[in-house]
Amino acid sequence: MSKLSGLGGRLYSGETSFDFIGQRRRWYSISAIFILASIGALVIQGLHLGIEFKGGSSYTVNKSGISVEEARASVAGVEIEGEIIVQKIGDSKVRIQTGALTSTQSKAVEAALTQTFNVAIESIDTQLVGPSWGKEITKKALYGLFAFLIVIMLFLAMAFEPKMAIAAIVAVVHDVFITVGIYALVGFDVTPATIIGFLTILGYSLYDTVVVFDKVRENTKSVAAVGKYTYSQAANLAVNQTIVRSANTSLIALLPVGSILFVGAGLLGAGTLKDLSLALFIGLAVGTYSSIFIAPPFLASLREKEPVMQALAKRVAARGSAATGTVDSANPRPTIQPSVNRGPRNQPKRKGRK
Amino acid sequence: MSTPNKTVKSPARSGRSLVILTVILLGLIVTTFIQGASSVRLGLDLRGGTSVTLQPRASNDANKITSEAIDQAVTIIRQRVNSLGVAESEVTAQGSGTNRQIVISVPGDSGRRVVDLVGQTAELRFRQVLAETAGVASPTDTSTAATPAGGVNDDIGNRFAALDCSIAANLEGTGADSPTDTIIACSRDGGTKYILGPAEVLGQQVSSAEAGYDPSQGLAWYVSLAFDGDGTKAFGAITSRVTTLESPLNQVAIVLDGLVVSAPRINEAIPSGNAQITGSFSQLEAQDLANVLKYGALPLAFDRGEVQQVSPTLGADQLNAGLLAGFLGLGLVVIYSLLYYRGLGLVTVGSLAIAGALVYLLFLVLGATIGFTLTLAGIAGAIVAIGVTADSFIVFFERIRDEAREGRSLRSAVDSGWLKARHTILVADAVSLIAAVLLYFFAVGGVRGFAFTLGLTTLVDLVVVFLFTKPIVTILAGVKFFSSGHRLSGLSPKSIGMKITKTATTLEA
Repeated sequence: MSKLSGLGGRLYSGETSFDFIGQRRRWYSISAIFILASIGALVIQGLHLGIEFKGGSSYTVNKSGISVEEARASVAGVEIEGEIIVQKIGDSKVRIQTGALTSTQSKAVEAALTQTFNVAIESIDTQLVGPSWGKEITKKALYGLFAFLIVIMLFLAMAFEPKMAIAAIVAVVHDVFITVGIYALVGFDVTPATIIGFLTILGYSLYDTVVVFDKVRENTKSVAAVGKYTYSQAANLAVNQTIVRSANTSLIALLPVGSILFVGAGLLGAGTLKDLSLALFIGLAVGTYSSIFIAPPFLASLREKEPVMQALAKRVAARGSAATGTVDSANPRPTIQPSVNRGPRNQPKRKGRK
Repeated sequence: MSTPNKTVKSPARSGRSLVILTVILLGLIVTTFIQGASSVRLGLDLRGGTSVTLQPRASNDANKITSEAIDQAVTIIRQRVNSLGVAESEVTAQGSGTNRQIVISVPGDSGRRVVDLVGQTAELRFRQVLAETAGVASPTDTSTAATPAGGVNDDIGNRFAALDCSIAANLEGTGADSPTDTIIACSRDGGTKYILGPAEVLGQQVSSAEAGYDPSQGLAWYVSLAFDGDGTKAFGAITSRVTTLESPLNQVAIVLDGLVVSAPRINEAIPSGNAQITGSFSQLEAQDLANVLKYGALPLAFDRGEVQQVSPTLGADQLNAGLLAGFLGLGLVVIYSLLYYRGLGLVTVGSLAIAGALVYLLFLVLGATIGFTLTLAGIAGAIVAIGVTADSFIVFFERIRDEAREGRSLRSAVDSGWLKARHTILVADAVSLIAAVLLYFFAVGGVRGFAFTLGLTTLVDLVVVFLFTKPIVTILAGVKFFSSGHRLSGLSPKSIGMKITKTATTLEA
């Protein structure tokens, strides 16, 4: 642990530095591959929507020692069009999912199940979703997503800079694509709980990005005036300075989410908790990645296009080659030394200060 | 960023913040006592029950979806649900304007009755029977199946012949029959099909309805109706007109939502304004039908958007799982922060405990005041919020360490670190709040519960960071254990990665 915080100190001072911004083309390519794969998976396989979105019925029978085959045989007597999915959940539950049923058909299914398994009708957990309702839910989820993106963009543009807002939203859209892609690829069920987890993650990913950008803003406030570093170098330092915090917060956010996933998937088998925490788990990982590898480099790309910043980059390059001759745009590491020759850390300190 | 304030004022201000926090906590505790709220209200998914979401649908030209119609439907459905006598049942409309859904939640086991009770349009009509035959399709002999009577054209005759009452879809009560048309209809059990004349007495002409039991006819539950003035006249007229006709024209069908409940033969005119509906009802069915008729038909037809029935066992399982996940998550976060932040970790633990207490008290108070119920999604929201809350502390602590790395004394590092962290925390929490508010307004059902807890816990996070974490850290900065950078304080030069100066080395020893 203390090794990690020691690393934090070296990252802060710039002694140890990872080049996140300079290698942005690499991160962009990696993400581009992932996004293309996601789109591919989405087109070819599509999302596995839960009955909440496409309409359908689900019956969960709670009795130990019942088998999938028994349940299937029991329901087979009822006339139902479409596919019937029977799953075993945990030790003592079997879930039967069908397409949308009329209430008469639904009653017939329940009657068949109560008879076969000799259980009270009250102990069968059911969920019936009409087909038009599913469309309604989907529509609302999409509206929510777009409203969220727009409002957040406006808010960040006000709280920070417009270009930061753009970079943050690019990172979020990136997260959306990759998470959706993973869902399409693996074939996880998408339920309203998944959507909840998903929107939360968007908020969370932005939270991470906000923290990094806050530091970027601080480091780059007077970057043009000082003329010592380019925007990218100053931004890279900010990412390095906040990376320990990012790692920490991501880990600490993963701990509760992981325990929901463990309990939800392990003990309950299926349902809200599992769907929610799975989306959170995947999203957190993607969100952490994008807040380090996508958002700051993208911001730097945007800002470096500004004439002021380009002039600055030229000045820094000229000065760097004159002074040390080692500045290499792909590897600017040696020149990043914040607070060298300034600030209280270079004064004699701590002596007699208690 | 402004220069950090001199530390002279800080301890006094910290004391004041802690007093304010104590007042808030005590205020909430007193409120819960006054309200007598001793336990958090649990949602149906945690204690078992049924929730039904109804989506309004315009079934024919007569009923358009208007805001008033939905309000009226809510009132009628509420009366029907209340007639069940289940405590804490709820009927609410969610959404806005005409794009609203009606959400009914009823705790406990009576769910399956509720589903039938609330969705029923309950449009009652009395129509003269024009033709009657067995309920199967009879494509070959259209001529003999129906005895054509006045008003029956070939089109109806053909549709009648094709009607197959053994198909489940034809036995769904639709409430879509137009009162002025001649219609074809199935009996409720699907055994018989009818051609029926225009409606002559309507449901809104019923003034009261009651379930009754006639022991003389075996186990016969029936519903007795009393008509108002117009109804009495109309019912008298139809009954006196048909008595003299031959079968099946001397029958009057009682049609509920487009299905024939019964079609008794009328032996004599009934001018008294009373009628009985019989038809192999169970006691519950008779009582429910009487209630439905008493409170009137719904002004709209409804589709069942979603029906969810959770047994009490599953509810208890989900509650336990949610609590277990919560404690597990909390425990892991506590262990991690103690390992990583040592002494400062204790501040995290304390802050989380305060946040937990505040959230719990707010759940109690809001449960009693605005009927807040905690659902499984809500619990998940609260658990996720543990991470968000702990985040705020990390942002703050890392900032303090950053400032200390710049060589500041702990006390000034706390102050200047706070000024910078505050901005980050405010912006980040604002993002969380925006997410929560948008989710709340765009979503229905379970998602709302999640959004509500997420928003609530984010606010609590702000309160705790400002009124507890910051003041406590300021006070601790004055304590030698922390200010001297003790190895267990989480602020030792080694753990924050400062170059170890001579002084620091002696401290380490």
